[in-house]
Amino acid sequence: MKGNIIKYARDNIDTDVIIPGTYLKIHDYTELATHAMEGLDPDFHSKVKEGDFILSGKNFGCGSSREHAPIALSHSGIKAVLALSFARIFYRNAVDGAFLLPIEIEQDAYDGISENDEIEIDVSKNEITNITKNQTYKMKPFSEIIGKIIAAGGLFKYKPDQD
Amino acid sequence: MNIVEKILARGAGKSSVAPDDVVFAKVDKVMMHDVSGPGVIKVFDKLKKQGISVDKLWDSSKVWVAEDHFVPSAEKVSAENIVKLSKFTKQYGIEKHFKYGMGQYGICHTISHEEAMVMPGDIYVGGDSHTNTTGALGAFACGLGHTDIAYVLLNGQIWFKVPETYYFKLNGKLPDHVMAKDLILKIVGDIGTDGGAYQTMQFGGSGVDEMSVESRLTLCNMTTEAGAKNGIVEPDQKVVDYLTQRGATNFNLIKGDEDAEYAKVFEYESSEMEPTVAKPFSPENTCVVREASSVELDKSYIGSCTGAKYEDLEAAARILKGRKVKIRTEILPAAISIYQRAMENGLLKIFLDAGVTVGPPTCGACCGAHMGVLAKDEVCISTTNRNFPGRMGHVESQTYLASPLVAAASAVTGKITDPRDL
Repeated sequence: MKGNIIKYARDNIDTDVIIPGTYLKIHDYTELATHAMEGLDPDFHSKVKEGDFILSGKNFGCGSSREHAPIALSHSGIKAVLALSFARIFYRNAVDGAFLLPIEIEQDAYDGISENDEIEIDVSKNEITNITKNQTYKMKPFSEIIGKIIAAGGLFKYKPDQD
Repeated sequence: MNIVEKILARGAGKSSVAPDDVVFAKVDKVMMHDVSGPGVIKVFDKLKKQGISVDKLWDSSKVWVAEDHFVPSAEKVSAENIVKLSKFTKQYGIEKHFKYGMGQYGICHTISHEEAMVMPGDIYVGGDSHTNTTGALGAFACGLGHTDIAYVLLNGQIWFKVPETYYFKLNGKLPDHVMAKDLILKIVGDIGTDGGAYQTMQFGGSGVDEMSVESRLTLCNMTTEAGAKNGIVEPDQKVVDYLTQRGATNFNLIKGDEDAEYAKVFEYESSEMEPTVAKPFSPENTCVVREASSVELDKSYIGSCTGAKYEDLEAAARILKGRKVKIRTEILPAAISIYQRAMENGLLKIFLDAGVTVGPPTCGACCGAHMGVLAKDEVCISTTNRNFPGRMGHVESQTYLASPLVAAASAVTGKITDPRDL
């Protein structure tokens, strides 16, 4: 999976800035996407392209359980968020709803990857390649259950009884 | 095993579980509201199109529904969401639907305890992050997104990674001018907004024994702000009495073993706590109230699942009795049952005499939805739980999180005020 990076070099990007509370009444996902990241980056909607990745620091997606957060990003075209760590409900929503891949990275990837860099993520090798800078980094492997739910295409397609 | 491990082992049908085990656990109660509910309905519509049957819920008697975030409806999208919820509960025979304008209703987490919807030992999931609140009753209470809630509605179970547990031992009784809110702000400030990430935060010790059930609810409520999977207190006679008064019977009190293991133990001297605020723009950005006492305010907001339970309103009334507010002040009891007690016991008269506007139960401005949201540059002291940029309105508004005592004292002076300095 290849994409270009939109980098927010900070920790604790919360769901209130990913999709502000006033929009939680909206369940039209195309409309929701027009407000993605509005609380932090009003230009996000105009600059994001289909297939882009977000790169950020620790505790990405902290705050509310609103599934609107991964939905707004996913319907904006974001295919993966690379972060040093994730808040639990955002992570779980992203995986169970099959909206985007939450990729846990190490400090070298966080420091090495810049805005607009072209990145390739290879989940089978737990490897991230920075095509622009010709560097590679390790991603933290998914836990067993997360890997299986992602492979199935979301929680509803995952069959626990077949394990 | 500790209490959480025991509850999850029971739900998973196993004799024991340990941290990091992944289990599919049977759920005892599930909640959705007017934000997560329409999301669930959308998931159901999608499943139907994929040929997956959504004709029947696993057990509609275990489901309950709240209307709280966008009620009373300020515009037509919210009104339509409420209509959708009503159609859904009628179609699936969900009887426990607390509708605004029809007797008891309120913020979902408040209804969970006011109506004894959740019992000690339950595995309870809700489509809202502050579902953690209800762990104060001795339940495993955990927030989920709406895809997971839809899954539970159809399957009656969901996966959990068994969390590690951080044990917070609280020693001694809180001083009169300090509330559980001050204590949990202090803890979130100390460990940070990811300091409890993926963990259980369990509270115990003489400080918790001394506390009312409502104070314990405040502690567990804001474990969410430390990133915790759940907050929990082992149930005692106070919990039994509290729930019995609200019609509950048949208790199954699960407690941890004497030799239960905890990943970390933190100790706090409750008796030495000070009134505390969290400054903009994070719940971890805390200081004692007296260090922020020069901050001029535009508004005081006493509302939400965190800060508008009956004891919160009582605390505010102690300060506001015989005084006048100097800034706009809103008090929104978190459920109709609380509103009614506030009326019967004279609290509403105290508030109105002080110049406060008393509003209906709603999440309202706490999440920037409606009913008192903040303008650019407005500064608010609030008994709510989050103060991220834009949380209560304009992205350049500012919210200070505080206890109801501090919010009321600050309403009287127009500046952030320690109740002892009034």
